[in-house]
Amino acid sequence: MTDLLQLSGVHTHIGRYHILQGIDLAVAQGQTTMLLGRNGAGKTTTLRTIMGLWQASSGEISLAGERIESRATPDIAQLGVGYVPESMAVFSDLTVKENLVLAARDGPLDDAQLDWIFGFFPALRRFWLSRAGSLSGGQKQMLSIARAIVEPRELLLIDEPTKGLAPAIVMALIECLKEIKRKGATILMVEQNFFAARELGDNVLVMDNGTIVHRGEMTALASDVPLQERLLGLSLEAHQ
Amino acid sequence: MTELAATDPLPKPKRDIAPILLPIAVALVMIPLIGSPSTWLTLTAASLAMGMMIFIMASGLTLVFGLMDVLNFGHGAFIAVGAYVATLVLAPFAASLQADSLWMNLAVLAPAALLSMAVSGALGLIVERVLILPVYGQHLKQILMTTGGLIVAEQTLYAVWGPQIIPTPLPTSLRGSFIFGDVAIAKYRVLAMLIGLAVFIAIQLVLNRTKLGLLIRAGVENREMVEALGYRIRRLFLGVFMTGSALAGLGGVMWALYREQVHASMSDDLTVLIFIVVIIGGLGSIGGCFIGAILVAMVANYGGFLLPKLALVSNILLMVAILMWRPRGLYAVTSR
Repeated sequence: MTDLLQLSGVHTHIGRYHILQGIDLAVAQGQTTMLLGRNGAGKTTTLRTIMGLWQASSGEISLAGERIESRATPDIAQLGVGYVPESMAVFSDLTVKENLVLAARDGPLDDAQLDWIFGFFPALRRFWLSRAGSLSGGQKQMLSIARAIVEPRELLLIDEPTKGLAPAIVMALIECLKEIKRKGATILMVEQNFFAARELGDNVLVMDNGTIVHRGEMTALASDVPLQERLLGLSLEAHQ
Repeated sequence: MTELAATDPLPKPKRDIAPILLPIAVALVMIPLIGSPSTWLTLTAASLAMGMMIFIMASGLTLVFGLMDVLNFGHGAFIAVGAYVATLVLAPFAASLQADSLWMNLAVLAPAALLSMAVSGALGLIVERVLILPVYGQHLKQILMTTGGLIVAEQTLYAVWGPQIIPTPLPTSLRGSFIFGDVAIAKYRVLAMLIGLAVFIAIQLVLNRTKLGLLIRAGVENREMVEALGYRIRRLFLGVFMTGSALAGLGGVMWALYREQVHASMSDDLTVLIFIVVIIGGLGSIGGCFIGAILVAMVANYGGFLLPKLALVSNILLMVAILMWRPRGLYAVTSR
């Protein structure tokens, strides 16, 4: 399995704070890699650094063999990286349609792709002309994900998609993300919900204090309760 | 496939019409206070014309504020430069302006306005690259840089054109008034209203019917996410800045003809009004800016007629009242 994304010795400073302290990671093509860790471990900073929203102070970031650590965010997006931020960041003053039109950078919306998205997220069809600001939290999350997949992307960076959502919506969202996975998407996802992480992840990376402290297969971590407790401070059983 | 959404349809988003009704309510309340219907109509027409001119000058600034988060205290320089550049066309063709032919007058006014917009827009390009670019995200430095730029621009205008006031008489066909019974409405005010309305409609069409407009509206709300979708928002910033500067130049020409004079510090008082309009309208909101401009002009005209002693503070009082009602302005677009 070839690696689509590679980070090597990446450091990121925000102001005087040294957040990422030498990150080495790889995301395999066609796989979903979960990035876990406690609050403040540097997970969101890792995604934002890959996306160019915060500049890496040193280290190398490669996408399909091409160095991107010095590139501007729009260039990285144009290389085929879709980003779903933790805050969802839908444009609330724009309609659902306008949000997706904007995300379809390369031209008009593709009907087949839209039908595929509506299959996951029927609410978006229903509220097509409603302002995104009037959607519920779950619907905003759907729109945020739909925006990232409205055109084919090489890599999806998804930051805590289940955060703050009702359990029923979380289950539905997991099903949708599985469907996106089955389409062959390569995903690097930050997730605090260990149940969701176990359902979606092929591989797992655990962060602490700005470094990767564990890497391996998700099934191995999911079946090793003492390891979960050591790395994450709680086990899957406790989480459920 | 699992149904993700709540089954009940969302309520249709309510259209917020309270700010639209506000200037109408103010105008209606003034009828009994002013007493004479003809005076009321004249003052209302004057308010709308003045409001349109202020809107043209402020529309660019509100987008610059909203989209770029730039505090441009030098916006007034584009107004003055626009007015001075217009004199380069108006003065040599004074004879055509004094001819009693609307087409001959417009044949001079239109190129003068276009040249002013072109020069102000080009100046906007230089200001953005030289003064703004190094201080993005640093409000205090933006204030210092743009205020410094305004001073330099004013002094340069004095150096080039001299300290004297330059007269810019109205063209013959735009002098006088349309008379409806007891009511007299100045022809130039009607033209100002039409141009202001055309600019407002054009901006609304661009913002709401084009992808460029979508990008601007999205950028006002969340610049970072627009970049994460693959758009180079810096180019958009530059385009908006140049357009805003060009519109300020157009406003400068219109104000010069309204006052029938040009001087380098002509924008000083206007700048205060424009900032009040941008703040009460809501940063980045063209609709709010449009209503805010009309309200400011109404307060100036009605207030000047009814309570002249309050004229100096009336717009500040208006801003305080609006912000107590809606702390982020009439139409809040950004979270700033």
